[in-house]
Amino acid sequence: MPAYLDTLNAKFPKAFTTSTFRDNHRVVLSGENSYAVLFPLLKCLKTECGFDMLGEIGGIDYLNYPGATDRYGVVYGLTNTTTGERLFVKAFTNDPEPELPSVYEMWKSADWMEREVYDMYGVKFVGHPDLRRILMPHEFAAFPLRKDYPLRGYGERHNFQTVTRADS
Amino acid sequence: MPIEAATPVEDVAGADREYLYTLNFGPQHPATHTTLRLILTLDGETIVKAVPDIGYLHSGFEKLGEDLDFNQYVTVVDRMNYISPFANECAWFHTVEKLLDIEITPRCKYLRTILSELARISDHLLCIGAAALDLGALTAFLYAFNQREMVYDIMEFASGQRFHPSYCRVGGLMADISDDVVAKIRSYVKTFPKAHADITGLLNRNRIFVDRTKGIGVLSKEEAINTGCTGPVARAAGVVRDLRKDEPYLAYKDLASSFKVVCGKGGDCLNRYLVRMGEMAESMKIIHAAVENIPGGPVNVNLEDKLTIPDKNATYRSIEGLIQHFELFMWNRRWETPVEEVYGAQETANGELGFYLVADGSGKAFRARTRPPSFIHFAVFPQMIEGHQISDVPAVLGSLNIIAAELDR
Amino acid sequence: MALTGLLPDFLVTKMDALASMLRKHSLWPMPFATACCGIELMATASSRYDIARFGSEAMRFSPRQCDLMIVAGRVAMKMVPVMQRIWLQMPEPKWCISMGACASSGGVFDTYAVVQGIDRFIPVDVYVPGCPPRPEQLIRAVLDIQEKVQRTGTIDAREFAARDTYAGPTSLARELGPDQTIVAPGDYNTATRFRRPLN
Repeated sequence: MPAYLDTLNAKFPKAFTTSTFRDNHRVVLSGENSYAVLFPLLKCLKTECGFDMLGEIGGIDYLNYPGATDRYGVVYGLTNTTTGERLFVKAFTNDPEPELPSVYEMWKSADWMEREVYDMYGVKFVGHPDLRRILMPHEFAAFPLRKDYPLRGYGERHNFQTVTRADS
Repeated sequence: MPIEAATPVEDVAGADREYLYTLNFGPQHPATHTTLRLILTLDGETIVKAVPDIGYLHSGFEKLGEDLDFNQYVTVVDRMNYISPFANECAWFHTVEKLLDIEITPRCKYLRTILSELARISDHLLCIGAAALDLGALTAFLYAFNQREMVYDIMEFASGQRFHPSYCRVGGLMADISDDVVAKIRSYVKTFPKAHADITGLLNRNRIFVDRTKGIGVLSKEEAINTGCTGPVARAAGVVRDLRKDEPYLAYKDLASSFKVVCGKGGDCLNRYLVRMGEMAESMKIIHAAVENIPGGPVNVNLEDKLTIPDKNATYRSIEGLIQHFELFMWNRRWETPVEEVYGAQETANGELGFYLVADGSGKAFRARTRPPSFIHFAVFPQMIEGHQISDVPAVLGSLNIIAAELDR
Repeated sequence: MALTGLLPDFLVTKMDALASMLRKHSLWPMPFATACCGIELMATASSRYDIARFGSEAMRFSPRQCDLMIVAGRVAMKMVPVMQRIWLQMPEPKWCISMGACASSGGVFDTYAVVQGIDRFIPVDVYVPGCPPRPEQLIRAVLDIQEKVQRTGTIDAREFAARDTYAGPTSLARELGPDQTIVAPGDYNTATRFRRPLN
């Protein structure tokens, strides 16, 4: 068992499950306790277990996924730059108000990645200092990577005025 | 200066400092290369605050990844970091093959290694050439582009497309290479060092270039780790981390003795430039070692595993081949994937390019999340540029090598 | 000199033809490079392909100094107003090359964010197929523009005055229903304004 699991088990008993696939090790939180546990758990991983780099935050929409119980998953990819060890922490959140705590305080890299998850899935990160759309236009109202949003959109891409030769 | 939360420019240029003014930089500006946009708050020529505004090239790559199957998505992955397309393909199929638990053949490993190192060279060449161009050194740009044309030639000979090869497939490559490609790579290995020396001679002791890059855009080691930087940007800051050594994939385990990890100390633009130049030389050593040791045998994994597309001969001459071709191309058949998720990453020219792949049992990705190095690096830009002059913006942008298609996806 | 003996002392031509001849050999492109095609555009301008052979090497990044806009790469929804604004800033006479499959038709990016062909929003003179087109194809497009300028150009650009109607494909814009409360990012006057955060 990796050393970080002992620390986590001692501090957060029964708050998470673990799983392994190929060389990916995961710590999975449940939909109910994600909001409460996520921040202290990541803080513990950073300060006590040496996972000093947050390399990635990715959102997933588990609508109609086989065996899924919660709708939005957010994956935090942590790296220990000294040992090269990797760990993925998975948190879940649900409609109607998908919310997770922001980890911006600990890792500056969370700034844009959390904004991107918000932009694409509408998951609000509570405590993020500047949570607004990053990739889509400000006026855009949908969250395009949600599974119930069609690939080709609702036709927003055509709604611009046309400039003809006479205008110029 | 520590990074602050990005608040809108209007609030910064508030009542107490109303002499500050705002400059819109981009999205169409030569120094931004493509479609980056910065909103700079200036005190004279000094930048008080920079707020990047991105998304001007957002084209829904990840949504497309959920719509196309693993082999089709290669065309889109190619267009992600379009100055080193082959490295992206490698990273994508690395993840897919991890999911499907495929061990590719030794020959394929070597070919992928050689071509992705060539892609790394062409990426660094463009980065250095364009950075030099923005700082006024046109000659280095022309020299660099001439060398890129050679890499294009090799890619074209191997795959048939000079720019976006789309050469990888699940479990192998589109086709085996011919001897011409090996000959071309050999001659490139011979000619490249001269061009490398030329560019070094043009820039390394160029007073203007050094003055404009030294001490500009400094990123400390702690900040580089905290902000998630990888690749040359992190290595220039002293983070000794290279996935080719740390988590060896493809043929890097065999070739580990032939190259070193290039690191810098200062974390400024000049160090990033020097790391890139050093990496090109190391890449050339890898190619040199690999091209003489390409193993024989097939490039695709065994046809019986029902994972790879059979070649034309097998498709038209054998019933098994025809059935397998059919199975892999029917929209409701394709691969059988485990209901699992996997993260795979490779060291591309810009840094760690990773894919987080969620599979739901069908032959398409349920979610194909990309971890784009440019996105992470551009987020660091405001804290790098604060306090510098406005003429340092092109220097820092050029040294970070932000590719908009990878940034916005 | 053999040539002096062959040519007459003067030539009779139209002012239009003279102006067009001068114009076509000094096209100043405005590289509106957004994606992969932009790198091929750079390759066209650099040593091996050398677009200077056709008098179009003077790339100017300010639209005010250009007369040929090369839209190289896909144009996302957020970029359309910027593109229109840049097109409007260019002085007449001006032409437009839509370089690559993405700019011409959306290419492989048939998604919610990418415009399916820039010709729906600005006038286009020459389309270049390919993803991305080879530099030779871009040079061919420049030659085509030159031919177009020679054939249709006039000294006071009055050929554009006649083209006051929209000539592109049928507009696909439609009124969005109240349940789809999504709007486009506005027109070229307002779209690039900096927005306040939501919270």
